[in-house]
Amino acid sequence: MPTSNQTDFSGMPDERGHFGPYGGIFVAETLMEALAELRKAYERYMQDAAFLAELDADLANYVGRPSPVYFAERLSREAGGARIYLKREDLNHTGAHKVNNTVGQALLAKRMGKTRIIAETGAGQHGVATATVAARLGLECVVYMGSVDIARQSANVYRMRMLGAEVVPVESGSKTLKDALNEAMRDWVTNIDDTFYIIGTVAGPHPYPAMVRDFQTIIGREAREQIAQQTGQLPDALVACVGGGSNAIGLFYPFLGDAGVAIYGVEAGGEGIETGRHAAPLCAGGSGVLHGNRTYLMQDANGQIIETHSISAGLDYPGVGPEHAWLKDIGRAAYVSVTDEEALEAFHTLTHKEGIIPALESSHAIAYALKLAVDMAPDQIILVNLSGRGDKDMHTVAALDGITL
Amino acid sequence: MSRINGCFAQLEQQNRVALIPFVTAGDPNPDLTVPLMHAMVEAGANIIELGVPFSDPMADGPVIQRASERALKHGTSLRDVIGMVARFRQDDPNTPVLLMGYLNPVEVMGYALFAEMAAEAGVDGLLTVDLPPEEADDLLRALGPKGIDPIFLLAPTSSERRIRLVCDAASGFVYYVSAKGITGSVNLAIGEVADKVSGIRKVTPLPVGVGFGIKTPENAQAVAQVGDAVIVGSALVKRVEALAERPEEIAPAVTELLVAMRHAMDLI
Repeated sequence: MPTSNQTDFSGMPDERGHFGPYGGIFVAETLMEALAELRKAYERYMQDAAFLAELDADLANYVGRPSPVYFAERLSREAGGARIYLKREDLNHTGAHKVNNTVGQALLAKRMGKTRIIAETGAGQHGVATATVAARLGLECVVYMGSVDIARQSANVYRMRMLGAEVVPVESGSKTLKDALNEAMRDWVTNIDDTFYIIGTVAGPHPYPAMVRDFQTIIGREAREQIAQQTGQLPDALVACVGGGSNAIGLFYPFLGDAGVAIYGVEAGGEGIETGRHAAPLCAGGSGVLHGNRTYLMQDANGQIIETHSISAGLDYPGVGPEHAWLKDIGRAAYVSVTDEEALEAFHTLTHKEGIIPALESSHAIAYALKLAVDMAPDQIILVNLSGRGDKDMHTVAALDGITL
Repeated sequence: MSRINGCFAQLEQQNRVALIPFVTAGDPNPDLTVPLMHAMVEAGANIIELGVPFSDPMADGPVIQRASERALKHGTSLRDVIGMVARFRQDDPNTPVLLMGYLNPVEVMGYALFAEMAAEAGVDGLLTVDLPPEEADDLLRALGPKGIDPIFLLAPTSSERRIRLVCDAASGFVYYVSAKGITGSVNLAIGEVADKVSGIRKVTPLPVGVGFGIKTPENAQAVAQVGDAVIVGSALVKRVEALAERPEEIAPAVTELLVAMRHAMDLI
């Protein structure tokens, strides 16, 4: 079995939230004390046996963990080459990996005495996962969502409202995820005393990138044991889609020290990197500061954030978690892209071959795994994070087929 | 002595408080900004705070967000804003100009190049809303030798430890945000502001400017009794917005409010 190389991945971030040159805390002064308070609470409760026991019980009995690892035999045969295994985060309560994090942060909010929860959402999965835990804990919940995303993810909007959340349409900027994040930050700075901001991805100011990662590493910790149990070996490659990058870091993190495990993060190539209409900052962006952290961004020569494009609302974001930026720079993970068209094809392939309808986000990971498998040997293993299910995307896919539901 | 220090020293001798108007550069179009800056000085402004437009102004309310959007429609970049200051300086060598915005445009230009170009143009201070002192070392090293004052925010939530940290990093003055919230959204609670400002004064000899929620001459007068500078932004930008289609009326509308504020402040 490969052993760890020389980089100490567990030491990241440093105490001020840096992953190499990335991460950190870049927010207005009003939020600084609140972030310090959050950091202290988080550090305290992650050492607190009662908190961890409650979290474990919720993950088991409410979320439905552990999620299975499944050998996709017909999909593997279709690709020809490596064996493809799927980590079934799509089977979680609410249909995606997002709930792993919202359960954790909501428990923290409760411990900190906060009575009001806010969140941003793109595809609506994080919004639904937040509204769900807020309903369960009896907390007021407000979700910010770009009006463009509201139009393309109407089923999730309805779910959130049914769960008792207020969904606030965001009309500024590009009216997508980044603007929803801006608006949630504005709410937080205004209502800082009673409000807990549940960020849905591994971005934002410290401690969010580390905290969300830690809540999501349950994916990789389970998968590492499950794949070893089923196959007697570690996977040769990991594949996950990357928008902000929470499902990806959740899978990758427990494997970072295993030098023999290749790691691929798949960004949204949209209409193709060469067209400029994509959402792939790691593949085609540069370093900058947005939403509280330094990371790779889609931006113009003057430092203005540019509009992104992806068929999947959950990947339609101009930034990426700072830990991914660092993993790219040090060469521990490779970041690649898959176009809308390739993702759609993979969506249909997985649906037909395995009877599993993936989210359009996760379809990007499937598409890249299919490409990767071809050049690998039949005794090699690819582990893909199937981060969410495709129910929410029925309208989008039907519309592409010319069908109105 | 920097222009900002000189300005506050002079005002102190006169027993007056600084009036600092904010407008977004390039709003509603780039040709209007320099004449508007001169008009504001004429109306009694002591320091000009010029907003650098940004695509994602997280700390700003809808009024200043829309100002950024209007300016960005004309492609107003950080380089353009520095160019406006250079043109302003041709006719006004004395009034300090402070750039206010978000870190990313400065980061992408590069700190050293920014400091050089800005100093050359006659920029006196820089306030980047999303840069706390903890992350500011590199920028401070670039600004210092060029004589550009780094201005930082303090907030109602700032602890005494943070007030010390911020004041240690700042020069020129410190900017006290009068309430929790975003620009243009808050109402002034003068009692709380007075308490906090006197707390800040115990820590630092730097002048304390107060902004957020100052909409009327009465607000300006009240703040002038507790702070060293009255900073007014959204109330002016709202006037710019209302007249965006009749740009020739903008300067008179903006200066009308400034003259009234100046007058009210000088009565104390």
